[in-house]
Amino acid sequence: MVTAAPTRPAGRDVAAPLQTRTDRPRISRTFYLFLLPTLVLFTLSITLPAIMGITLSFTDSAGFGEFQFTGLTNYVALFSDPAIRSSYLFTIGFALVTVLLVNVVAFLLAVGLTAKIRAKVALRAVFVLPMVISGIVIAYVFNFLFSNSVPQLGQAVGITALEQSLLANPDLAWLTIVIVTAWQAIPSALLIYIAGILSIPGEVYEAAAMDGASARRRLFAITLPLVAGYVVINLVIGFKNFLNAYDIIVGLTNGGPGTATRSVAMTIFTGFTGGDYAYQMANATIFFLIAVVLAVVQLRLTRGRNAF
Amino acid sequence: MTAQTLVTATPAQVPVRRRRRFLGRGGEDRPSWGTTLTLVVCTLAVFLPLYATLTMAFKTTTQSVDGQVFSLPSPFSVDGFVQAWELTNFPRGFAISVFVTAVTVVGTVLLASFAAYAIARNWDHRFFRWSFFYLLAAMFLPFPVLALSQVKLTGMVGLANPVGVALLHVMFQLSFSVLLFTAFIRGLPEELEESARLDGATTWVVFRRIVFPMMAPMSATVAIFAFLASWNDFMMPSLITADSTLQTLPVLQSVFQTQFSSNYNVAFASYLMAMAPAIIVYLFTQRWVMSGVTQGAIK
Repeated sequence: MVTAAPTRPAGRDVAAPLQTRTDRPRISRTFYLFLLPTLVLFTLSITLPAIMGITLSFTDSAGFGEFQFTGLTNYVALFSDPAIRSSYLFTIGFALVTVLLVNVVAFLLAVGLTAKIRAKVALRAVFVLPMVISGIVIAYVFNFLFSNSVPQLGQAVGITALEQSLLANPDLAWLTIVIVTAWQAIPSALLIYIAGILSIPGEVYEAAAMDGASARRRLFAITLPLVAGYVVINLVIGFKNFLNAYDIIVGLTNGGPGTATRSVAMTIFTGFTGGDYAYQMANATIFFLIAVVLAVVQLRLTRGRNAF
Repeated sequence: MTAQTLVTATPAQVPVRRRRRFLGRGGEDRPSWGTTLTLVVCTLAVFLPLYATLTMAFKTTTQSVDGQVFSLPSPFSVDGFVQAWELTNFPRGFAISVFVTAVTVVGTVLLASFAAYAIARNWDHRFFRWSFFYLLAAMFLPFPVLALSQVKLTGMVGLANPVGVALLHVMFQLSFSVLLFTAFIRGLPEELEESARLDGATTWVVFRRIVFPMMAPMSATVAIFAFLASWNDFMMPSLITADSTLQTLPVLQSVFQTQFSSNYNVAFASYLMAMAPAIIVYLFTQRWVMSGVTQGAIK
C-alpha cells in the first residue's frame, strides 16, 4: 500500500488523464451496473421524499386527500408560532450546551488517554463503550436514575434542589437530556481528539520539556493549538448531530414537562397526528436549510484535509 | 493502543507509529499513576448506569420497587428475564432486529463497495464524480427532515415494515460508507487490477477476486457502523413500521413506560437484553469501531 506510488511506471500520472479521455466510451458496463442500482434506490428513498416534502410545504395538505397550493402561508405562520420558536430555542440552546460539555470532557479525557498511563487499552475501550448502546434504552435507564436515585441522593446529602425529580422540573429537565446525550456522544469526540493528539510530533513535546515547560503549559501552549482543527471538526459535527435530538428526549422527558423539552424533530413528527402535515413539512424544510448551512461550514472546514 | 494502530492504518499517517514512543507528554518516562487513577475514577460515569441495569435486572420485583438501584440483588433472581422474555415477545423482537440489522449490514457493504469502486476507478468521468457528490449530500440530510414524506411513501408502496426500515437504514448509511470505501480504494495500487485485466479478467472478476478481498478492513469498519446504527435505532422503526408486532427491540422497550411500570426488574432485564448484543459485538470489534470514527471525521 505504502510502496505503491514509487513503483508506478514513470509517466503514468501524466498519461492517465489523456488515456481516460480517449477511452471514455470504453468504460466497462459493469461500472455502470455497480453504481446505477444505488443511484436509483437513493433517488427513490432520499431525493424523492425531499422534493415531495419541500413541494407539500407550499400547500395545505393534511397528509391525505386533495390539497391546494397556498404559497408561503405555512412559512409565514411558522415564524409567528410560539411553539415553533420555543422548539428551535430549546434545540439550539441544548445543542450548544451539549457540544461544549462534550468537547471539554472529551478533550481532557483524550489528553489523559494519550499520556503515559497504565491499562491504556482497557481504559480507552471503557470510555468508548457508551457509543454502542442504544440511545433510547440508556435514556430509559437514566430516566429511572433521575427519578429515583438522584432524589435519594439529594435527600441524603441535603440538597433540596435535587430532592424532586429533575425530569419533572420544567426549568431543569433539559439538563438531564444534556447529561445523557453527552454520555453517549463523548466517545466519538474523544476518538477524534486522540487521533489529533497522536498526530502531534513528539519532538515538539521533547523540546518544550527541555525548555522546562510545565505540564499545564504544554497542554495550553502545544496540545490545544495543534489540535485546533480537530476541535472545530468536533464542534461542527457535534452541533449538527445534537440538533436532531430525538431518541434520548423520548426516553427521558418525552418533550415535557409540558413542552419544555420538545425538540425540532419532535415538533416535526407532530405533523403525523396534528393535522398540520404541510405545516410541519415547512418546518422540516427550514430545518433542512439549517442543516445545509452547517454542511457547507463543515465542508469548508474539512476541505483542507480532504483527499478529494 | 488499539486506536493508535488504527490511525496508522492509512498510508498517509504511517509516520505516527514511529513517533508514538515520544508521546509521554514530554520526557516523563514512567507511567503516571495519578493520571491513571483519575481516569479510573472517571470510568465510574460509564459504569454506574450499566451497573444499575445489571443489578436491577437480577432483583425480584419486590426488591426493585425500593428504588435503591445500587444495592445488590438479594435474593438473586432471573424472574425479570423470564417475564421480559414473554412480555416483549423477545424471540420475535430479537428476530426482527436481527433481520433488519443483517439486511442493513449486507446491503450497505455491497451497495457502498460497488458504488465506491465504480466511482474511484472512473473519477475522471463526470457522471461518476457527480454521483459521488450526489450520494455524499445525504450525509447532511437528517432523517427528521425526510421523515414525513418517507413514512407516507413507504406506506404507499407496502414498505411500512421491517423491510422498509432496513432499506432506509442502508440509504442513510450510504454516504458515510461510500466516502470511506472510495478513500480506501484510492489508496490501493491499480497495477494488480491492470495486470488481471490484461490477463482477460472482466471488471466483475477483478472486483470479486482482487478489490473486494483487499477492502476487507474497510468493509469491517463499514459493517460495524451499519450494525450499530441499525441495531440501536429507535426513530426510524418507530415511525416507519406500522404493525407494532413487527417492531425492533429498542422500540419494544417503550412498553415499560406505560404498562408494567412498577415491575422495574422486568424492565431492566429487558433493557439489558436489548443492549447486550451491541456490547458483545463491540468487545470483539473495538478496533474497527475506533478507526471508523476517526476516518469518517477526518478523511
